[in-house]
Amino acid sequence: MAVLINEKSKVLIQGITGYQGMFHTLKMKEFGTDVVAGVTPGKGGQKVHDVPVFNTVRAAVKETGANTSGIFVPAPFVLDAAMEAMDAGITTVVIITEHVPVHDAMKIVSLSSKLGVRVIGPNCPGVASPGKAKLAIIPNQIFKKGDVGVVSRSGTLTYEIVDSLTQAGIGQSTCVGIGGDRVSGTNFVDVLELFQADRQTKRIVLVGEIGGSAEEDAARYIAKEVTKPVSAYIAGKSAPPGKRMGHAGAIISRGAGTAEGKIKALKDAGAEVADVTADIIRLVKRE
Amino acid sequence: MNLLEVEGKRLFFDYGIPIPMGRLSHGDVPSDFVRYPAMVKAQVPTGGRGKAGGIRIVSDVTELGKAVREIIGTSIKGHKVWEVLIEEKIESRKELYISITVDRAKRMPILMASTMGGMDVESVPEEKLFKDWIDPWVGVQPFVAKDMAYALEMEPEIAGQFLAVLQGMWRLFQDIDAELIEINPLAVTNDNRLIAIDSKVVIDDDALFRHEGFKKLSGDITPLEKKARDMEIAFVQLDGDIGVIANGAGLTMATLDFLSMHGGRGGVFLDLGGTDDPEKVKKALLLMAEAKPKVVLINIFGGITKCDTVASGLLQAFKDGGLDLPIVARIRGVNEQEAVEMLKGTRIQPVLSLDDAARAAVKIAGGGG
Repeated sequence: MAVLINEKSKVLIQGITGYQGMFHTLKMKEFGTDVVAGVTPGKGGQKVHDVPVFNTVRAAVKETGANTSGIFVPAPFVLDAAMEAMDAGITTVVIITEHVPVHDAMKIVSLSSKLGVRVIGPNCPGVASPGKAKLAIIPNQIFKKGDVGVVSRSGTLTYEIVDSLTQAGIGQSTCVGIGGDRVSGTNFVDVLELFQADRQTKRIVLVGEIGGSAEEDAARYIAKEVTKPVSAYIAGKSAPPGKRMGHAGAIISRGAGTAEGKIKALKDAGAEVADVTADIIRLVKRE
Repeated sequence: MNLLEVEGKRLFFDYGIPIPMGRLSHGDVPSDFVRYPAMVKAQVPTGGRGKAGGIRIVSDVTELGKAVREIIGTSIKGHKVWEVLIEEKIESRKELYISITVDRAKRMPILMASTMGGMDVESVPEEKLFKDWIDPWVGVQPFVAKDMAYALEMEPEIAGQFLAVLQGMWRLFQDIDAELIEINPLAVTNDNRLIAIDSKVVIDDDALFRHEGFKKLSGDITPLEKKARDMEIAFVQLDGDIGVIANGAGLTMATLDFLSMHGGRGGVFLDLGGTDDPEKVKKALLLMAEAKPKVVLINIFGGITKCDTVASGLLQAFKDGGLDLPIVARIRGVNEQEAVEMLKGTRIQPVLSLDDAARAAVKIAGGGG
């Protein structure tokens, strides 16, 4: 079954004619994703890797029936691109772009919840369901189809963990990178709810990091609602307090959001917690 | 980016939020302007100025001159004091706390207020801190201010001014892409005026492209960190001796965890982020060399940043930059094979597992067991 994206998703790429948009469109097609359209204003009528390009999302949706959009446009244009997608009837929006202003992210989240649109990101590596489809910048070769649902706040750390799982012969149902920004369209709890309901997913791997309270919220939800086994890793135990570790989400302030607090919350909720990424394999295997 | 108190207050003034009468001094002592008693406040982008001796009350021009001379040139939490704000001292019968910031969990702006102003908001008891969440498309409507005014048991004489202050704060919050607008305290004077005694304004760095007018402040960072920021590289100096270059904050932190496990310590961490420019990789390596770690551990998982881009940056750094630090490289992901090919015949032999790479780096640095 997988979650959020599958072989039926009709994918649209906003910013398809940019360097990253073009490159990852090709990789997504190689993965099996049904990329039906691209949008770049002024480039309508062109093709990128055989995918037709439109000037507007509305035109692309009308012509191709696209229902899922990946946003690759530069940060200053993300708010408008996301609103355009939602206005045109897109039901799942994945925002890959990083450095989106937090005010823009809050506006996108507010609108998406009013319209019932699922937004993932910004600043996320995307979503991949091995054997079905991906709307992501995560390298194709690291996936293997299976029963582990992976949800992560980090980008490349997600690759690291998925790669280790695959190397150990453990496949994945869906891998969801929710993004490391302060305000994200989809959080751990949203994805845990999807994994709990998904028949293909039998086990869950949660990858968190220091800062914020998303992992503590996840722990509360796990204790209450999740019956599938959860293994977790929290990045940043060795990070010094008060230093920004590269993105806004990962700042420890005023003693809240520490690795210790998050690890304890998850353990109390019944999840197993790994010390380093490689340990995740041992924990998942034990289940 | 943290604004100075005086910068925040100028914005408050522009948005109709009353502030004390005052002026900025870079060492000069105004003889005709100030009403006594007056406050002399060091302008540094950090809290805890009072405890650090950066705030004084003075009652005449002699004391004022002494305070200005003694505060300017000192250092508060690593920030050199270049200027002081001299202000009339406001007598208040009540001090309020009020702020608008981003609630990460609720994913929307939050308005917080309390009658216990003037103290650290962390120490205000939960039941004394009133909260309301603001839809960014709706903003602070009059009824929100009215609810808050009743919650704070505010006298009718000042409720109208309170609405104006809240709406000014909201407009400012949106207009400058603030992460935080805080007034603590907001004084209620004996003649029922509201005046912002202090300002704390933090602007979202990611939105600075819309606000060219704000100068970039140096903040609490080392000179190398500043250099890195100008190059748009995330760079943090810690106290260990192993340099770590990775792409992505999460992967960087996971790498530090592996180093700790093997008894080593990351000394400098550098996050390449997403880049497709070998020149940026080269500059990052040379910047790392300036921090003089004993060994550099490179951990790249290619995605947006492709492995061959990193390899090509490495080759350039050897060739043009004379990079001669010991390097352990772990390279995986998009265009991994290309990168391995490119590095053949150099002294860098990519390691496949992160665990092995971390162990090798710790060994070279002479740590661990």
